[in-house]
Amino acid sequence: MSVLVVDKNNFEEEILKSEKTVLLDFWASWCGPCRMVSPIVDEIAQEHPEIKVGKVNVDEQTELAEKFKVMSIPSLFVLKGGKIVNQAVGARPKQQILDMLK
Amino acid sequence: MTLQNKIYDTAIIGGGPAGYTAALYCTRAGLSTVVLEKLAAGGQMCRTMQIDNYPGFEDGIDGYTLGFKMQKGAERFGVETVNTEVLSVNLTGGTKTIKTDIGIVRAKTVIIATGAEHRQLGTEKEAEFTGRGVSYCAACDGMLYKGKTAAVVGGGNSAASDAILLSRVCEKVYLIHRRDTLRADKIYRGLLKNAGNIEFKWNSTVKELLCGETLYGVKIKNVQSGKTEEILCDGLFISVGRSPSSELFRGQLELDEAGYIKADESTRTSIPGVFAAGDVRTKTVRQIVTAAADGAAAAHYAEGYISEREAL
Repeated sequence: MSVLVVDKNNFEEEILKSEKTVLLDFWASWCGPCRMVSPIVDEIAQEHPEIKVGKVNVDEQTELAEKFKVMSIPSLFVLKGGKIVNQAVGARPKQQILDMLK
Repeated sequence: MTLQNKIYDTAIIGGGPAGYTAALYCTRAGLSTVVLEKLAAGGQMCRTMQIDNYPGFEDGIDGYTLGFKMQKGAERFGVETVNTEVLSVNLTGGTKTIKTDIGIVRAKTVIIATGAEHRQLGTEKEAEFTGRGVSYCAACDGMLYKGKTAAVVGGGNSAASDAILLSRVCEKVYLIHRRDTLRADKIYRGLLKNAGNIEFKWNSTVKELLCGETLYGVKIKNVQSGKTEEILCDGLFISVGRSPSSELFRGQLELDEAGYIKADESTRTSIPGVFAAGDVRTKTVRQIVTAAADGAAAAHYAEGYISEREAL
């Protein structure tokens, strides 16, 4: 599946009410480590249709960034049933991101 | 993946400026070359928004883009990149083996270009509050502290450039340094003074992180008077140097006390056919351009090593 662009309008429907496990990537265009992790997140979206993968641009979605108390990017969150079950700050290898989803 | 059956002439661990320069020179010398990179090209450069001291870019360039260009430049001549994390290595003998999370890579020579990582301050709660007020990357997180107060700890060029970057977005910036002068270059010292909203805390070390749900301040101690002081700040940016990424090689290669791989300008390590290039090597000047230079030297000596062995 392709990556969903998450904003405050689709957040509730697509993320909070998602039946699938969700991986959310908070990023910004000016952040180098975000750009390092971004293609890895894209790959995970392609290879794991059982997971819903979304990206939140912190410049455009300040309300969502505040809601998740994002103070460092990239920030990755795993949600199940609308609840945060795992989170990590900073770029990390693919296997480590996959391990977060287990 | 053809990885399993092939013996490469050169396997390069790490895709920063040393790694991809080595890759470019190796492949142009006719060596089959693979770069193993756990994340993406660029390495530490990716944490820098504006690089002005790598020649050839009159307006400067951001670190991610420079890393990406180095990768593409090497791949144009046939270098393969595999995004995988190296788990262990066996560097002895004629064929070196590298165990990765997607299989074994074999090569006649190995160029280690794993670089360095930011050093931690070593205070309590530091790991717990990373991402909740504690940061190691002003270029990444600075914008999230718009209009707030930030403190930077450190005294080198990266601490200085972090403070300058933050002074442009933050209401106020503290620069905490354990000595009474900065190691940072003169150009930075001038910019720091002129910023107008940077307050220096000289001869001071961070003793404690003050945290609620997120960080709200730090307790610092003046190393001369012994007095402690609480500074209120929303973010603490730690820039106290680097430590080499050399743990994988401990016990196989000679390291110095700080953990850097021992090698001279030839980049040859204590094991024949194994080379160390860039920030991971013992050297005095650690810059992008010197990392790139190491890459070229490593490729030269790797090629020489292979030719000599094959002539036997």
